[in-house]
This record gives sequence, C-alpha cells and structure tokens, in this order.
Amino acid sequence: MYYNEEFETLPRPALEALQLKRLQAAIERVYAHVPFYRDTFNAAGIKPGDMKSLDDLERLPFTTKQNMRDSYPYGLFAVPMEEIVRIHASSGTTGKPTVVGYTRKDIDIWSELMARSFVSAGAGKDDIIHNAYGYGLFTGGLGAHYGAELLGASVIPISGGNTKRQLMIMQDFGSSVLTCTPSYALFMAEEARAEGINFKDLRLKVGIFGAEPWSEAMRDEIEAKLNLDAIDIYGLSEIMGPGVAIECIEAKRGLHIWEDHFIPEIIDPDTGHRVAEGERGELVITTITKQGIPLIRYRTRDITSIIYEPCICGRTHARLTRMSGRSDDMLIIRGVNVFPSQIESILIGIEGVEPHYLLVVDRVENLDTLEVHVEVDERIFSDEIKILQRLAKRIEKEIKDKLGITCSARLVEPRSIQRSEGKSTRVIDRRKL
Amino acid sequence: MKVEQISIFIENKSGRLAKIARILSEGGVNIRALSLADTSDFGILRLIVNDVEKAKSVLKGSGFTVNKTEVVAVEVPDRPGGLSHILNVLDAGQINVEYMYAFGERSGGNAVIVFRFDDTDRAIETLSDSGVHILEGERLYSM
Repeated sequence: MYYNEEFETLPRPALEALQLKRLQAAIERVYAHVPFYRDTFNAAGIKPGDMKSLDDLERLPFTTKQNMRDSYPYGLFAVPMEEIVRIHASSGTTGKPTVVGYTRKDIDIWSELMARSFVSAGAGKDDIIHNAYGYGLFTGGLGAHYGAELLGASVIPISGGNTKRQLMIMQDFGSSVLTCTPSYALFMAEEARAEGINFKDLRLKVGIFGAEPWSEAMRDEIEAKLNLDAIDIYGLSEIMGPGVAIECIEAKRGLHIWEDHFIPEIIDPDTGHRVAEGERGELVITTITKQGIPLIRYRTRDITSIIYEPCICGRTHARLTRMSGRSDDMLIIRGVNVFPSQIESILIGIEGVEPHYLLVVDRVENLDTLEVHVEVDERIFSDEIKILQRLAKRIEKEIKDKLGITCSARLVEPRSIQRSEGKSTRVIDRRKL
Repeated sequence: MKVEQISIFIENKSGRLAKIARILSEGGVNIRALSLADTSDFGILRLIVNDVEKAKSVLKGSGFTVNKTEVVAVEVPDRPGGLSHILNVLDAGQINVEYMYAFGERSGGNAVIVFRFDDTDRAIETLSDSGVHILEGERLYSM
C-alpha cells in the first residue's frame, strides 16, 4: 500500500533526475535569499550553476546546529516572515532553541510525507490514530496530526502524559494506531497491567515509535506487550519533523527516507568524507523542496548507514538502518534532546556550584531517568540538612524549568567524580538499548 | 562562650565513617562528642574534638568537605527535668534550635548538651540571663 504510488515507487533514474533538478533549484534559492549560504558558497568557490550532477553536492560545505544557533532565531530563513505560517523549535546547547519556520507549502509537503509514513506503517483512512506525541514547539504532535488528517484517518490529539486517561480513551474510543516514543509505549504497557487492561482486548494494531533511539530487542518487547506491529520512524525538526524516514510494515528492515524531498549522505564524522555504501557513519541531509528554512548538507549527528537495494514493499527510496547513536554528546531523555553543556551552564548559574558534575542516565521500568551528581565543596556545604536539601531541589527545579526534564540532583563528596586527562567523563548512560 | 564544632559532608555509602575515624586517629585527634544527621543520599557528621584545626586539616587533606560551625554547649544536672528547664528557657525567649545532641560527663553528675541556634548570640544572652551554665570551648575540648 502506498499513499503516493507514483513518487514512492519512482524508478531510481527518474528519482535521481528529479533530485538533481530540485537540488539545483534549492541551491539557486538559498544562494539568492540566505546570506549565510551565499557567503559559505563564495568562500568555497562554488556558484549555483556548478551543480551539474548529484555528485557535485559533495563539494558544498556542511551546515551544522552551530550555524543555526549563530543565526538565531530567523537568520537561515529563505523567505520573508509573511510567508511563514508555523514556527517550531527544538532545544539547543546554550539554552536557546533551534528555530525552524514553515511556509504553507512546507506544511503541505510535511503532511504528505507523514501521510505516506502512516500508510507505510500499515495505517489507513479507517484508522483511529491515538497521537501521544507532545503538541507544542516540539514537532512530534502537530507533525503526526497533520499527516493523519491528510490521510483521512481519525486523529485523537491526546498529546503526552496522564497515562490512565490515555488507556481509558484507547479502550473507549477504539484507537487502532498509536504514535509516541518507544519508552512511553512500554510505560503504558506497565500501567495497563497495573490497571488490569489486556492489550489483546484493545483494537491497537500498529504503533509508530520515534523521537528517541531504540533497539530490535525493544521492538520485540513492545510488540509482545502491546500486541501490535511496532514501526520505527525518524525525523528531526531542523529537517522537517517526524516523517523524514520510516520503516515499511512489509519488511521492517530499514527506514525509507523520502528521497524526492531529501538527499541523504553518510559521512565519516571525523574527516567529513563520504563512506563507502553500506558503511556506518553520520547522516547528512539536504532538503531539496523546503522553502522556509532549506538546509544544505545538514549534519544530523545521527549514526546510521544506507541500503540502496530494492525493498520488498516496492518503494524505490533508499533505507536508513536503525540509528545506533550520535556523533556528538547529545542525550535523548524521554524524547527531549539534552546536551551536557546545557546542564553545565545551569549548574554554573547556581551560586557556589562547581562545574564538576556527572549525569547518570538510566532506564527504570521503561522510563528514562536522569541523576545529576554535584560535588559539595566548602562554598555550598552547610551543616544544616535542610539547606543542602534546598540546594538539591533548586538544581532539580532549574533543570526542569529550563530544559523540561525531570531529574534528581544528588550531592556527592568532592573529588568523587572521576577526573581524567583532558575531557572528564560527564555522562554515564546505563540504558541498554 | 561559643564552641567550635566541625561538620563533614559524607555520602551515604559504606565505609565513610570508618574512613573519617581512621584519618582522625592517624592525626592524633580525639573525638569528644559526635552526632550524625542523614538523608537517603548524604549525611552530615558533626564532631567536637580536642583539636579543631588539626582535625580540619587532616580531613581536608584527605579530600573531605569540612566546615567549622559555632555551637553552644551547656551543662545541666544529670537528673529528670534538666533538659526540660533549658528548653523552657529557650522557648520563652523564642530561640530556634537548629539541632542538638547530648552526652554525659565522665566525672560528676552533669550532662552536656550541644546546641546549634539560628541566632547564637541571642541564645547565649537568654541562657546566661536564666543562670544556665554555658561551657567554655577549652573546657569542652579537654573534657
């Protein structure tokens, strides 16, 4: 089943010809309208007319999250604000978010790619889509929502949280497709068991899970506990949001990236050179149809590889293998992106707190947990318990307020956090994915 | 009238108290009184010792976070009503006690109560006015 059979099954030569045409137009557009790109292309000695083949893409410089930060909030937009109809944002490393803007056409394309993704996962018009991705600045909720509506399915915009109510609505409304993070799906399973709800009695048949890394073992567990097909979806707000790539239910092996809108490359994160086909490396994406904020060779920092061999589902679009990590230190905790440096800057902002900290990430009963260890030195030490407890509460509150993550602050003895030559170990990730 | 007490931050894990006791013993420091306040994650060990500076330096040298705090030690007759009387005096004077601990004197029939107040000076004044016997630091360290 396809949503847009013509484009999803376009033979490779035609797909690549379309990519080249769209790439050339995108390069012309950013060169004309985005000073950042004009400057970097000029510095690299490249003119828009130089894009003679898809291989010429490799000559262009990369775009990074830092570039987006430097042009905060709207510096990389390629259209005037009057053409922007939606703004989303994801967390950035300095407390300032990374901002993206969408034109009406961008929203239309995103909706279509999300609708394609739903169909690829086995969903259709008759489905009742229980959308438990968060609605708001985060792209998950609205991205899935618009795709579900375009598809003609019935969407329940329940957003995240209040698991008991989620389960009640799932039972009473007959939800047949679930969209949320994989860890939240497992958390729901635990809650359901406690409530005496058996997923075999529910109508759920498919779950579309993303926004955080997961594994084949987690897929097996989710499928067994929730009695559904678990499908991996990939996206990032910089590129669009959810629906950049998704598995097909036929193969469940690799995520088809919608190549008529995105050109994927896999590079060695250290050298910046492309790796051989099938090898793992960092995913770099060029958006070729986006208007609001087109990105050329954006470094996603996600580690994966590309499969070009034909898929049994009939789609001709290449597949990304399951994301296996990051080429930077970004953590994804309950779907929220966090850089250790963000926590560091919050800690430094609290008087007397030394930047000797350790983040311990774990997964307890299927939910990610974050412990922030802070060393107690003479400046913050008090011989009154309540003052130290107040400090721990303050650290927890500031991290919650600024980053939206619940953590527990733990005060530890000085020099108990390991120092090493150069970069000290700031993060211990105990999650077994 | 004030007594110096040292406080040490310790994580709630096995062997920490033993380590502190060993460091103090190797430094030749004698512990006169101690109290431990704890939470699930950490604790604060409060000590009255015979040599405050020495204790502080050997513990800091071993990487512990150590603070010096001023507390007040009072002597009360070791019999029913001894503590009650003092607390009544403090209550009447509206003095807040942050924490306290007590020990019995080796000789004589008195007990010593160590108090940490939110307003130490006013507490000393109130206690002195009521005739409560406040111990000098030197006396306590060498008890």
